[in-house]
Amino acid sequence: MSQTVEIMIAGFGGQGVLFAGKILAYAALMAGKEVSWLPSYGPEMRGGTANISVIISDTPIGSPIVDNPGVFVAMNQPSLEKFEEEVQPGGLIILDSSLIQLKVKRHDLQACYIPATKLAEDNNLKGLANMIILGRIARETGLFDLDTLYLAASKSIPERKKDLLAFNKKAIEIGYNY
Amino acid sequence: MADKVLMKGNEAIAEAAIMAGCRHFFGYPITPQTEISAYMAKRMPKIGGTFLQAESELAAINMVYGAAAAGARTMTSSSSPGIALKSEGLSFLAACDLPSVIVNIQRGGPGLGGIRPSQSDYFHATRSTGHGDFHMIVLAPNTVQEMFDLTLEAFDLADKYRMPAMILGDGMLGQVMEPVDISRGNNIKTYVKDWALTGTKGLRKRNVVNSLYLSAEELELLNFQRFDKYKEVEKIARTEDYLLEDAEVVVVAYGICARIAKNAIDTARKNGIKAGLIRPVTLWPYPKHQLKAAAEKAKAFVVVEMSMGQMIEDVELSIRCSRPVLLCNRTGGMVPTREAVLESIEKAALLKGEQNADSI
Repeated sequence: MSQTVEIMIAGFGGQGVLFAGKILAYAALMAGKEVSWLPSYGPEMRGGTANISVIISDTPIGSPIVDNPGVFVAMNQPSLEKFEEEVQPGGLIILDSSLIQLKVKRHDLQACYIPATKLAEDNNLKGLANMIILGRIARETGLFDLDTLYLAASKSIPERKKDLLAFNKKAIEIGYNY
Repeated sequence: MADKVLMKGNEAIAEAAIMAGCRHFFGYPITPQTEISAYMAKRMPKIGGTFLQAESELAAINMVYGAAAAGARTMTSSSSPGIALKSEGLSFLAACDLPSVIVNIQRGGPGLGGIRPSQSDYFHATRSTGHGDFHMIVLAPNTVQEMFDLTLEAFDLADKYRMPAMILGDGMLGQVMEPVDISRGNNIKTYVKDWALTGTKGLRKRNVVNSLYLSAEELELLNFQRFDKYKEVEKIARTEDYLLEDAEVVVVAYGICARIAKNAIDTARKNGIKAGLIRPVTLWPYPKHQLKAAAEKAKAFVVVEMSMGQMIEDVELSIRCSRPVLLCNRTGGMVPTREAVLESIEKAALLKGEQNADSI
């Protein structure tokens, strides 16, 4: 059956939401799916909020803009406050519960709480909360298995940073199996 | 099928240019097209090409003039206010019949405007890119794959017709990342440029590249000849149509707006409205015959654009105002939503063909 998943990941600039989206996009590409990756660009990149829209589909993608995500990931509180109302009914919200004290208010969707930032720190993976979240997205949505994510991560990480691949893989695994 | 790679629209343009044989890129940074310069800066030195960050947009376009006069495949890129600065140079390129590719990744205007996507340079690209009587080929991609494909085509058309060609994108198409098949870039046609300034070596009559003609008779004749050529170029006008066959409401949109329109058309069809899309791929030449043919079946038109109503004039001209034409637009960096386009389609579906849009 033809399926389209509209994903939005939002957080502070520097949390790596664009990069997490990029790995999702690569995973989709390797799975032979249509995909678009659209960053909100501009002054946000300099420390404000940043978000990334990824659409994964079995059919060609129309607009790459995600107004109403089916899967929404909040990596900080302002993002949850800004986008909670926009999520599709029956959709999924994943949030970093170590940075967000609020609970999801809506009852017409599924909520997943994962203390990604704390998990990263506890496992000496500081700065890789985005990869933990990525693992969780894959597991919750059933979009990709761990091997596909590993392959996508190795494609997305530039050659000069290849020594960091193992840490990224570990973080993805923690999120996937949380 | 060849492997696809993930690329930003801006990167796809840069890679296509390199594969098309462009080894002379002159630019000046401006958001949201800077990835083109960044890509060129990284790649050109490795393949024996020239990346040059000029001291200004004016300098960059005049470097393009020089490289093109010498017969090289050459490109410059910028965004709206920067393209405005290149206008004089564009007129000179057209006046000297110099093949060249110019990329405009539009942002909101007028003035310095903003850095969000826009289509408000439509008039500038298709009507008044510089002073004097001339045209440029203007191609409007709507996916990253097309950013790649149409850049290849722009180099080909520029050489074939000896005239500047523009890629007219927007900030969103520049930034979006999608899978691209770059294998078409391996099959590039080249042209003999016996008019180019390559040095006579004492063996042939010298070539001249010049745009100054103090004899009005001579200048008029040249302009007539150039417009005879444009008649030929008009044959390349083309569209991509979607569900047009039985469409009563025809949406006309280019670039990213066409993709938003497709979503809205799908919903409209589900709701029982026979909607379809004409997406002009060439903005100059404008696909006026395709529009005129569609008007014979359609009841009403909806034009979706990120400007205050610029392309709508070409739609009305093409169909000789024979059907009502509604405008669904945003400006200043805002992007029309699928819902807004759907509403316009629903409104248009209620119109009878003869009704004048002004009364709505």
